[in-house]
Amino acid sequence: MNALATAAAAMPNKGDVAWMLVCTVLVVLMSIPALALFYGGLVRSKNMLSVLMQVFVTFSMIVVLWFLYGYSLAFTEGNAFVGSLDRAFMRGMFDPLTGTFATTGTFSKGVVLPELLFMAFQATFAAITCCLIVGAFAERMKFAAVLAFMVLWFTFAYAPIAHMVWFWPGPDAYTSKALVDPNNLKAGLIWQWGTLDFAGGTVVHINAAVAGLVGAYMVGKRVGYGREAFTPHSLTLTMVGAALLWVGWFGFNAGSALEAGNSAVLAFVNTFSATAAAVLAWCIGEAVLKGKASMLGAASGAVAGLVAITPACGNVGLLGALVIGFVAGFACLWGVNGLKKLLGADDSLDVFGVHGVGGIVGALLTGVFNSPALGGPSFPDNWFTGELVKPENYSIASQVWAQAKAVLLTVVWSGVVAAIAYKLVDVTIGLRVSEEDEREGLDIASHGETAYHA
Amino acid sequence: MKMVTAIVKPFKLDEVREALGAIGVQGVTVTEVKGFGRQKGHTELYRGAEYVVDFLPKVKLEAAVDDALVERVIEAIEGAARTGKIGDGKVFVSTLEQVVRIRTGETGKEAL
Repeated sequence: MNALATAAAAMPNKGDVAWMLVCTVLVVLMSIPALALFYGGLVRSKNMLSVLMQVFVTFSMIVVLWFLYGYSLAFTEGNAFVGSLDRAFMRGMFDPLTGTFATTGTFSKGVVLPELLFMAFQATFAAITCCLIVGAFAERMKFAAVLAFMVLWFTFAYAPIAHMVWFWPGPDAYTSKALVDPNNLKAGLIWQWGTLDFAGGTVVHINAAVAGLVGAYMVGKRVGYGREAFTPHSLTLTMVGAALLWVGWFGFNAGSALEAGNSAVLAFVNTFSATAAAVLAWCIGEAVLKGKASMLGAASGAVAGLVAITPACGNVGLLGALVIGFVAGFACLWGVNGLKKLLGADDSLDVFGVHGVGGIVGALLTGVFNSPALGGPSFPDNWFTGELVKPENYSIASQVWAQAKAVLLTVVWSGVVAAIAYKLVDVTIGLRVSEEDEREGLDIASHGETAYHA
Repeated sequence: MKMVTAIVKPFKLDEVREALGAIGVQGVTVTEVKGFGRQKGHTELYRGAEYVVDFLPKVKLEAAVDDALVERVIEAIEGAARTGKIGDGKVFVSTLEQVVRIRTGETGKEAL
């Protein structure tokens, strides 16, 4: 009897655990060094180390905050907007006296992961989201101001949005038909709306992009903007960074399946193809509009495709992913040209043009290509039976609306929190370095070292 | 004595050096420089931002030579550095008042 009872309690599968450990490391790689190099190559050599440092230290700080309280705010039951402090300081995750690890659900009934592993995997998401913002105000913000802003924005924007989009009681809570509605009501607000966001189009990309754009406005333009050349100092490093991002993104997207199974494979292949399609689209767009396809364009196209396929990767079909990639490549090319001029902000490394535009394109098209009529996998009608919405009942219009509502809420929430956070930092620490320091370069002015010695 | 200063395209440096060696020039100083002439610059495009690059990279050679050798030096540089396209560079010749070999203290022609 005891043996049977033990067998009935779900145990993590070793394959799933191994897969998710690898995915967690892959997403670490996306921030450091991939994003750091991608961004670093795009700034002038006098600011190289400042970008690397802002990414490296933001990453480390957010990981600590995530373990201390961020995970709990995002992924425990609370209200529709934010979780509780039940897991603050990692309480209840691991009992050394009995050697037991708490488990958490995945997307399949009876399949669980050690909750510590899920926490670690999600830590890398929180960290890279904050690191993404760095690109918007690169080359002019005080180091202390960057970190202070990150603490505020992470706490009041990232954790709540992650909760709203991703928190739900898990499939094993749906043990009867009567429990479907009560369980749904325990989930985050955007999850309740039925929005599909497989790996973080809203939580990560739109969220970060809006915070970045607000920052570009509030920190102000770089000295010499529009008059002096701000040429990227090493597109070689930018290419290395973009390629490593692509590699790491397999962990980000396919890992978001939380299991080593079919869903992960679908997300993996879609991440592969959409990104390649976006590279081609950006290069074709450049060749047609400007006469030459550029390395920076190809690298930017890859990131645009990766961003756009993020919410879609496990939620759309194979051809849908290619379409999303192509559309994202062209859309983000517009994002860093036409849209950038319209917005008039000095978003140094085009965080909004790529992550904002790509994120919105991906979020909306997820609602289109999720439809089984267009080759998509559909989504569960209810989590008691796990039956999928049938093609005849699937409404693309209402799904796109559910996606659009999530985009709008994320834009407003992130924007308001970011504006308040920048303002608070401005009146306390001050956002910008002095003009003299900016001219000299942040490497020496903020960190007392130089990236390159001739 | 004359100081011959030539501005040439960087990829022509080796040919110029060989041509000068062949006619007996004993030493040349080479500097990587930037500048503009009739070739003008070019534009570079980074995403939405377009920058005009006014100064193009060139190589500057300086050779101190005896008066008797000046014409052949000019011919050698011209022959080796010419591509026929705009931006091939220029040769400047000026009078050199004094030369000192630091090791021996020799001056004038002896020091060339």
